[in-house]
Amino acid sequence: MAKILLERLKAKFGDGVLETSSFRGDEVAVLKPEFWKDAARFLRDDSACQCDYFVDLSAVDFPDRTDEEGGRFEVYCILHSIAKKHRIRIKVRALGTDPEVDSLIGVYEGANWQERECFDMFGVKFRGHPDLRRILMYPEFQGHPLRKDYPANKTQPLVPYREGTFDKLGPFLADEGMPLNRAPVTDTGENR
Amino acid sequence: MGDVTNIQGGESGFFTTKLDSLLGWARKYSLFQYPFATACCGMEFFATAAPKYDLARFGAEAPRFSPRQSDVLWVVGTISQRQAPVLKRIYEQMLEPKWVIAFGTCASCGGFYDNYATVPGIDKLIPCDVYIPGCPPRPEAVLDGLMLLMDKIGRGDRTPAVLKNTQLPEGAPEHLEKLHQIRMKQPE
Repeated sequence: MAKILLERLKAKFGDGVLETSSFRGDEVAVLKPEFWKDAARFLRDDSACQCDYFVDLSAVDFPDRTDEEGGRFEVYCILHSIAKKHRIRIKVRALGTDPEVDSLIGVYEGANWQERECFDMFGVKFRGHPDLRRILMYPEFQGHPLRKDYPANKTQPLVPYREGTFDKLGPFLADEGMPLNRAPVTDTGENR
Repeated sequence: MGDVTNIQGGESGFFTTKLDSLLGWARKYSLFQYPFATACCGMEFFATAAPKYDLARFGAEAPRFSPRQSDVLWVVGTISQRQAPVLKRIYEQMLEPKWVIAFGTCASCGGFYDNYATVPGIDKLIPCDVYIPGCPPRPEAVLDGLMLLMDKIGRGDRTPAVLKNTQLPEGAPEHLEKLHQIRMKQPE
C-alpha cells in the first residue's frame, strides 16, 4: 500500500536502510542511527511521501539482544500522511544499556513529549532534546519502569504507607462486609 | 472531636450519650462532600449527584471544593503514587470530624493496577471509613455506601466498612422480571 515510501527511502539512503518489511499494509524500515533524523525529515518533505503527521514514538526493550545483534533498545516512530493517506513505521536500534538516539524535535515539534515519555519509561536519551526530563513518573523515581529488568512488583511510594493494625484490610471475601443498620437489635430508633 | 465512639455509653454517660447521639444525628444529615475524582469512577459519582439519583435527598447536597469546609472525602478513582502526597495533604487539611469513602475498586485496593505507578488502596495513606466495591459502582451502590456511612456516623462507629451486596426485598426479583417483560413486549 505504501511501498512507495520504502522505495523512496531506499533510493535516498541506500545502505542507511538496514532492512525493510511489509506486512498487510504495515511498512517498516530499520534505519542506521546516523540517518534517523534525516530520514524523518526526508519523509516529511519529499513530495511523494508528505508524511506530515507525527503519530507516535516509543521504544521496545529486547533484554537478551546484544549489541552485535542490533542493540537492546529499538526506538520506533510512526508517521502518517494526511494527504496521501499512507503510513510508515521507521525504527532505529540503540546500543547498550544507556542508549542514545537523535531527537526528532527539529523535524516534528510533537516529538517533544513522546521522547520525554520514552526517556521516562525506557531510559533512552535523545540527543538535542531541549528539556529531557521525566513526564509521567515523579523526579524521585529510580530506574525506568517499562524496562524488562525493572521488577514487576516494585513500587516507590512518595508517601510512606501507614503502619499499624487495621480492623480489616483487603482483600475481602465475597460475603464479607457491613450491611446497613448494623445497629444492635435493641436499637429503639433514637439514633436515626 | 472525632471521639464519638461508644454512643451507647456507660453508666455515667447519660448526658454525653444523648449529646453524642444528637451530634451524630445532626452530622449524618448534613454531610459536606469533597469529591476527589481522578478517574472513570468520577462519571458515576456525577451521575449519582445529579438529579436522577440525587445525593441531595440524604442531606449530602453541597460539594465543597475546599477541604477545610468539607466532612466527607470521596476518593473517586485510581490514585497514582504521584498523587499520593496531594491526597494525604487534602485529608490532613480537613477538619475533624471527617470521613473518607473509597469509591470503586481502584480507590479501595488498587484494582487491576498492580504496578509501579498505583497506590494499592487509599487506606495505605489515610484511614478509610467506607469501601464501595465496583468498577465502577452503580449509583445504587454509591447511595448504599453513603447510607452506610450515615448509619455509621449515627452510631459513632469508626471501623472500616465494606459495602455488602444489596439484599433485594422479598418478591423483588419477580417484580423486576415482570417489569422487564412489560418493557420487552413488542408493540402490536
